[in-house]
Amino acid sequence: MSLLLTLSGVNTFYDRLHVLKGASLHVNEGEIVALLGANGAGKTTTLRTVCGLLRPASGQVSFAGQSIVGRSPEALVRLGITQVPEGRQIFGPLSVQDNLLLGAYGRGRRAQRTEVPGDLARVFELFPVLAERRHERGGSLSGGQQQMLAMGRALMARPRLLLLDEPCLGLAPLVARQIMETIVALRAQGTTILLVEQNARAALRIADRGYVMETGKVVLEGTSEELVRNKDVRRAYLGKDYDEV
Amino acid sequence: MPHRRRELLGFIVAGAVIVALPLATRNPYLLNVAVFIGLHSMIAIGLGLLLGFAGQISLGHAAFYGLGAYATGILTVHYHINPWLALVIGAAVTAVVAFLVGRPTLRLHGHYLAMATLGFGIIVRILFNEGGEFTGGPSGLPGIPHLALGPLVLRSDLHMYSLIWPLVLVQVVLSRHLLRSRLGRALRAIHDSEIAARSCAIDTGRHKLMIFVLSAIYASVAGSLFAHSISFVNPNPFSFMVSVELVVMVIVGGAATLWGPVIGAAVLTIVHQIIVQLGGLYEPIKDLDVVIFGLILVLMLLYQPQGLARLRLPRLGRLTGEGDDG
Repeated sequence: MSLLLTLSGVNTFYDRLHVLKGASLHVNEGEIVALLGANGAGKTTTLRTVCGLLRPASGQVSFAGQSIVGRSPEALVRLGITQVPEGRQIFGPLSVQDNLLLGAYGRGRRAQRTEVPGDLARVFELFPVLAERRHERGGSLSGGQQQMLAMGRALMARPRLLLLDEPCLGLAPLVARQIMETIVALRAQGTTILLVEQNARAALRIADRGYVMETGKVVLEGTSEELVRNKDVRRAYLGKDYDEV
Repeated sequence: MPHRRRELLGFIVAGAVIVALPLATRNPYLLNVAVFIGLHSMIAIGLGLLLGFAGQISLGHAAFYGLGAYATGILTVHYHINPWLALVIGAAVTAVVAFLVGRPTLRLHGHYLAMATLGFGIIVRILFNEGGEFTGGPSGLPGIPHLALGPLVLRSDLHMYSLIWPLVLVQVVLSRHLLRSRLGRALRAIHDSEIAARSCAIDTGRHKLMIFVLSAIYASVAGSLFAHSISFVNPNPFSFMVSVELVVMVIVGGAATLWGPVIGAAVLTIVHQIIVQLGGLYEPIKDLDVVIFGLILVLMLLYQPQGLARLRLPRLGRLTGEGDDG
């Protein structure tokens, strides 16, 4: 397996607030990697740093062997990193189909005619409910359907690395499970996935490896089995409350 | 599709009104007002795209209007260039100026463009005023030739009406196509959520800049037509207040709609004329225009924030295809 994404000693600030304090992690091509941790640990900040919305003050971020520090989010999408932002951020007033087509925006004019129709069909195959409601407004979909739309939109960019920020937040357990299954299916098609998730048990069930973050640092790394068995992880993130999920 | 039919209906009604008005009346005053509604519509359509789809406000569009007017004025009076060519050169110069104003400000988030154009408009007006012989200073630049189509000199208001209103129609058709295109989808996405737009690889700054430059070109062309129509320019029609009135036109009519800017231009131009007429009867009314425009703006934002173009019979509102911005 080859390295796809590496962060080493990354420091990121919101104005003067030091959020990422020397975070280091890596993602191999074809992996699902889960990023776990409590609120405020720096998980979302890590994703935003990777996808270019935040610029690290110091440290290295490299993708497929080249440094990507300072590149704009637009440029990174073209390079193959697409984020599904927290809270989904679909375009409410636009139709489902327009939302999806916008996902392919960065792929240039020619691709719009040649490849995009096929990709659109594949997304509709993956999420049949989106095909049914393709002419309806994105904002009229249910929470789960909006999450599917956000993921479908990201897939339209044909990402090599998909960043998912809390894809199951606020979804009914059954819908959340469906989303997780889709993530596994995407990996099977060759997409590498970095997943931020509060629900550690659900995330580790599908992930190959995971990192645990605390106050801006990576404090633990391991395969999913190791993390599930780890005493600290069990106590902090896999309490009995999660059993029924 | 009901939406498509409604859109077509809009064009048919507009076309019919444009053809019918000069048939119904040859009253020179009414035709003159109609010409000005047309000129204001040309500017407002660009501003509507900027406000409604790029989410930015320009408080300096009267200056772009003025740049067009002065560019054709100076080129034809001092350098005896063909008026049509002068119009095109004016638009090109304005486009470059708008690019230079917009480029640094539109990369920033927030309403920096409003501030930059506010300052820009004031500076441009000072230049018109202090330009000496070149711009004619405060007393203006007379002797600007009329436009001509072959042997036909476009001298009367009817001529200008017949030139300007088809252009307005063309602009609306262009806007419609623009918004249905890939670029239009991107603009609507930016308007909805900038972060999500960027995560779709949409270069938001570049798109806003494109729309801003386009709107400046529209204003410049309107300015050139204005100058050739009355064959005289002075700095007065290009003041800061006019920039504000143009923005009010867009908001009153409805920024994110096809016909809103035209409707707003018509309403505000007519209200302005009523104030001028009443001011002729009783002088102090003239000074009330700022108050009246302010009142209209506040009332619109309170009761019909999407603009007059979105005013519908209440029962029909929910049933029609609201998803497409019409």
